[in-house]
Amino acid sequence: MKTLSIKRTLLLAATVFSVYQPVLAAPVLVDTDADTVTLAAGHPSLKKWLLPDTPPAPPDNLSTPERVKLGEMLFFDPRLSGTGQVTCVSCHLPERGWSDGLPTSVRFLGEVMAVASPTIVNLGYNSIYMWDGRQPTLEKQGVGGQGVKADINAGMTHFGFKDGVHLTRLAKVPGYVELFEKAYPGQGITRETVAKAIAAFERSVISNNSPFDRWLRGDKDAIDESQQRGFALFIDPARANCSVCHWAPNFTDNGFHNVGLKSFGASKPDLGRYKQRPVRLMRGAFKTPTLRDVGLTAPYFHDGSATLLRDVLKHYARGGDDHSNLSPNMHALALSEQDMDDLEAFLHALTTSNKPYVYPLLPN
Amino acid sequence: MNMKAMPLITLAILTASVAAQASENEVSQKNKTFSVKTLKIKKGDTVSFPNQDPFFHNVFSLSPAKTFDLGSYPSGETRKVTFDKSGTVDVECAIHPHMHMSITVE
Ligand code: HEC
Ligand code: HEC
Ligand SMILES: [Cu+2]
Repeated sequence: MKTLSIKRTLLLAATVFSVYQPVLAAPVLVDTDADTVTLAAGHPSLKKWLLPDTPPAPPDNLSTPERVKLGEMLFFDPRLSGTGQVTCVSCHLPERGWSDGLPTSVRFLGEVMAVASPTIVNLGYNSIYMWDGRQPTLEKQGVGGQGVKADINAGMTHFGFKDGVHLTRLAKVPGYVELFEKAYPGQGITRETVAKAIAAFERSVISNNSPFDRWLRGDKDAIDESQQRGFALFIDPARANCSVCHWAPNFTDNGFHNVGLKSFGASKPDLGRYKQRPVRLMRGAFKTPTLRDVGLTAPYFHDGSATLLRDVLKHYARGGDDHSNLSPNMHALALSEQDMDDLEAFLHALTTSNKPYVYPLLPN
Repeated sequence: MNMKAMPLITLAILTASVAAQASENEVSQKNKTFSVKTLKIKKGDTVSFPNQDPFFHNVFSLSPAKTFDLGSYPSGETRKVTFDKSGTVDVECAIHPHMHMSITVE
């Protein structure tokens, strides 16, 4: 993409924005929010894409270093699980963008789950959890399930969190007794404090220093021309129209859409959000995931049906496969190979490159 | 009371009451929220829900006092609901569940 001649770039820019620009003026376009934005590094009109440094936390679980540290240990500790053999990190691996690299997750004893493991990056900025949105807060997600019997997927429930088992096991570890006392003085080791600590840890897993973020903050060279064109396509309602659902700043509208996956055409499809909100539009609708660090979390979609980002882009370009309850915001797009290269390059610009993750030492 | 002033006063009262307890109320969807969080109306009143955002929204309620689903409609369009029972009606956008408001029907 870097070999693209200047002449072609200008030509492309002219067609992409379909207005004539003086050679050096930054392109301007009206985005999916009907906001007029100027595509230049650090431009104030792009501020809405910047994430705040820390996500909001509920008043009874404000993040402290002690809580985050404790939550991290719990996230990595097999003693938390009923079988004593599974950890959260079994399916949410830091080196896989906090997902697991599988189309749909595999539970202990090799049982395959119905859906893919989502990333836990930037969850603190979101307002609804699980593919069908059945959990309203990270703390609830930690305690698991809402009494739905088939709900094997909710946080610790699918993970083998059985009443008492892990709590008594944890309470026998002097290191934990001390760590819980420091993090939640006088509150003990309970389902609630375990869930709160894990939620505090999850809120600390943040991706907000990607090349795209640095470009937003004014570093002109942080992303290349192809990535800038990809961003322009992404937010342009007349082109790729992606940000109509993948909203600023965390690339999600915390909303639900049927994007026309083939699996919805199966004989007994997963009805997704419809299970929570029996409204016709919600049949086969799933939560819009964040796209930050998306370069690390293949395969894609709730059913793991797209192996590569390119497969995702081709899916959108053809306007989805199963049209029986397709979101009205979906339609076939006129995207050239070059456009797809640019969009893919842009998606890769959303990865904050982290140092290799150092797994925490667990207390005894 | 001066009878000549009556029509004018009546008109003024009428206009005021049209605003206060009009049969036609409006709750718009704009900037990804409902224009009001709460609304009080009278039994038999109609509420219109115009979509003023450049993308699709939905409006539905599963409350016993009024169950409806307006589907989804684009920018500039509106759909209406008449509330014929008293009670509280929780209104939500199914696409964006953080968009919700509540209507009290008296
Ligand atoms: C066996 C694999 C597996 C294990 C172990 C596991 N998860 Fe998950 N996790 C999943 C899957 C699959 C989903 C999606 C489930 C759904 O939406 O129905 C998920 C969803 C989540 C979500 C919601 C993310 C979102 O974007 O909505 C959070 C938070 C989460 N897990 C945290 C945890 C924590 C904390 C633990 C340990 C207590 C854990 N997970 C253990 C596979 C796993
Ligand atoms: C109608 C709303 C909508 C539009 C438009 C849309 N997306 Fe999505 N996107 C979603 C939803 C919902 C999902 C999850 C769908 C599922 O798994 O069932 C998703 C999933 C994805 C994923 C997979 C992420 C993962 O972790 O599995 C990528 C990548 C993605 N979208 C990129 C894009 C791009 C690029 C565009 C523009 C070409 C776009 N989206 C347009 C709603 C949308
Ligand atoms: Cu909406």
